[in-house]
Amino acid sequence: MNDLMKVSSNPHVRSKSTTASIMLTVVIALLPAAGFGIYNFGPKALLLILVTVASTVFTEFAFEKICKRKITIGDYSAVVTGLLLALNLPVSAPWWIGVVGGVFAILVVKMLFGGLGQNFMNPALGARCFLLISFTSIMTNFDCDAYTGATPLANLKSGEAVNILDMVIGRTAGTIGETSMIAIVVGACILILFGIIDLRIPGTYIVTLAIFVSIFGAHGMNWPYISAHLSGGGLMLGAFFMATDYVTRPITKRGQYLFGALLGILTGIFRIFGPSAEGVSYAIIIGNLLVPLIEKITLPKAFGKGGEKA
Amino acid sequence: MAKRTFNGGIHPYDGKDLSKDKPIKAVLPKGDLVYPLSQHIGAPAKPIVEKGDKVLTGQKIAEAGGFVSAPIYATVSGTVKAIEPRRVVTGDSVMSIVIENDGLYEEVEYPKRKPLEEMTKEEIIECVKEAGIVGMGGAGFPTFIKLSPKEPEKIDYVIANCAECEPYLTSDYRRMLEEPEKLVGGLKVSLKLFDNARGILAVEDNKPDCIEILKNLVKDEPRISVKELKTKYPQGAERQIVYATTGRAINSSMLPADAGCVVNNVDTVVAIYHAVIEGKPLMNRIVTVTGDAIADPRNFIVRIGTNYHELIEEAGGFKQEPVKVVSGGPMMGFALFGLDVPTTKTASALLCLTEDEVSQMEPSACINCGRCVEVCPGRVVPKLLAVAAANGDEETFLAHDGMECCECGCCSFICPAKRHLTQNIKSMRKILLAKKKK
Repeated sequence: MNDLMKVSSNPHVRSKSTTASIMLTVVIALLPAAGFGIYNFGPKALLLILVTVASTVFTEFAFEKICKRKITIGDYSAVVTGLLLALNLPVSAPWWIGVVGGVFAILVVKMLFGGLGQNFMNPALGARCFLLISFTSIMTNFDCDAYTGATPLANLKSGEAVNILDMVIGRTAGTIGETSMIAIVVGACILILFGIIDLRIPGTYIVTLAIFVSIFGAHGMNWPYISAHLSGGGLMLGAFFMATDYVTRPITKRGQYLFGALLGILTGIFRIFGPSAEGVSYAIIIGNLLVPLIEKITLPKAFGKGGEKA
Repeated sequence: MAKRTFNGGIHPYDGKDLSKDKPIKAVLPKGDLVYPLSQHIGAPAKPIVEKGDKVLTGQKIAEAGGFVSAPIYATVSGTVKAIEPRRVVTGDSVMSIVIENDGLYEEVEYPKRKPLEEMTKEEIIECVKEAGIVGMGGAGFPTFIKLSPKEPEKIDYVIANCAECEPYLTSDYRRMLEEPEKLVGGLKVSLKLFDNARGILAVEDNKPDCIEILKNLVKDEPRISVKELKTKYPQGAERQIVYATTGRAINSSMLPADAGCVVNNVDTVVAIYHAVIEGKPLMNRIVTVTGDAIADPRNFIVRIGTNYHELIEEAGGFKQEPVKVVSGGPMMGFALFGLDVPTTKTASALLCLTEDEVSQMEPSACINCGRCVEVCPGRVVPKLLAVAAANGDEETFLAHDGMECCECGCCSFICPAKRHLTQNIKSMRKILLAKKKK
């Protein structure tokens, strides 16, 4: 019998789920939206997705190689970032936008702040906002072979009529992955089914926004108007895939409700009172920055000190 | 109506199929028996025998070393070979009495007891105290203290903890199947101490056969009922089982008695029966010897002091070399350096695994997924506590209710980044508890 058995403190068993399995599930859940984007906008969308993912993964690899750190691309978190970023680009964007965005997301937002788990804002969204500010005309040009002109939300803002059915299915102008509510919700169901996310943040976010636009949208309880707000402008993609990003959302339950409500209000303010038709990206980024404060005021009560029911 | 469960918790692979259908078998020890003087919480027992003394089975060999302490009895007949430090399951060296077994098992004459109806409360508590009974679920707290709270009339519930939520363990399960009348008998004895209390047998619903047997046994007992609990780890943790059965919540600085409850594990309740009704001190316990390295996993009734090597032998030895051997269950048990340690009053299982999941999985960066918060039965934030603990930041640790952690291991189990959360928190708690004692 072996004299040197393994000794460690309890517990001695571990669950099967790993960081890599979680990230891979997120990648799979994003595929319906990506697939619809490619179908909707053509093969150029596929190319942009591949370039962006390659850029994020390579940046992480190169950074860790240069810094002589452990290579962590095997956890698929860089793939998630690249895919999310690509789905937030317009199909008309040149390939180097994907490269620049990918490098910014991983190098500046993620690795320079300490790598996975340390970034204070969602890398994909950080990069998107960086691109929006630096290359505004490219990032807001939604003209392509399939569609010309503005996104449905821009039309809505200027008072034009929008086709809700097209918005739900995704037959509209917009970024590659944001247009199809159905495809995104299918992905969201995968995440919920596998226990990766729950409805606390997306649910509060969507409901708060619906209430906000019905009060301040100057259309009252007008269902087509509210539905257009909910199915357009990347809300679904943002609510289910970006606001739920583990690293940059509060870890406390009550904090998650607060975070969702905050995002709903911010998005509403940006969309209705701001100059732009959209506001999801900025709302989530500002929300991300407030997470430490939210966590501080929403720490749970311990069992036996009033927290047993929560 | 009280809840049937608590918030949080996990569902690990339970491994109970390996040994649950194997009846309890008695093990007769062949080699020396070792009795560590510290098998309980509190002061070590004081030896009352000397090297060379002849002892009989059931003879007291060490007396309580203080108020919070418990006496120890010989479980075989033989000669005291030595009183010296010996290795125990935690890895510590503890002063122990070593008895050379003469193989005759000559017993002392046990005291004749009066019928239960004629015994006073003081006499019952004295029997439990003298028998050396301690919490056999793992904590090892002297039972007579639990049974004598300041205000016994304020106890509303006497709970027999039959949850057995630890994976792999089937010792309580077999006890309930094979000797349910002793369990109910022990509970009746306990109830005699608390005039206003009701007895509850709290069983997880993965043991429907036990629930049926127990329900049948207590159908004519107006003061005793069976409560089915959801199967979930750590349903049998003291604070969680009190909450699940009564809806009352206690924190780490309270005792179950503060919520009007007394909680005892199955084997402890049976030991109370043996002590008060049969006059026998605590001499044996049921141990599940199991794991994928064991040829014939089963449940044994083991004389305290028996060497673990003998238990492995009785279970057919190893069919495959174990990589990790745990005394107790996989969630809260102690990993062993080697098998040359004795069975103590608190040893519920011997788990032999051919794989060590802990060393196979390297911890990686925390992704803030929140699963540790989701599963924590103490409703604290393990992620924050583990960081505070690793940084030696006692202030933050205490501010975030680190002392409310019960070290159940749920957070480490669930963590996808395989971080050693429980371990970090446990070390810090140890440091803080030691400071508090000073």
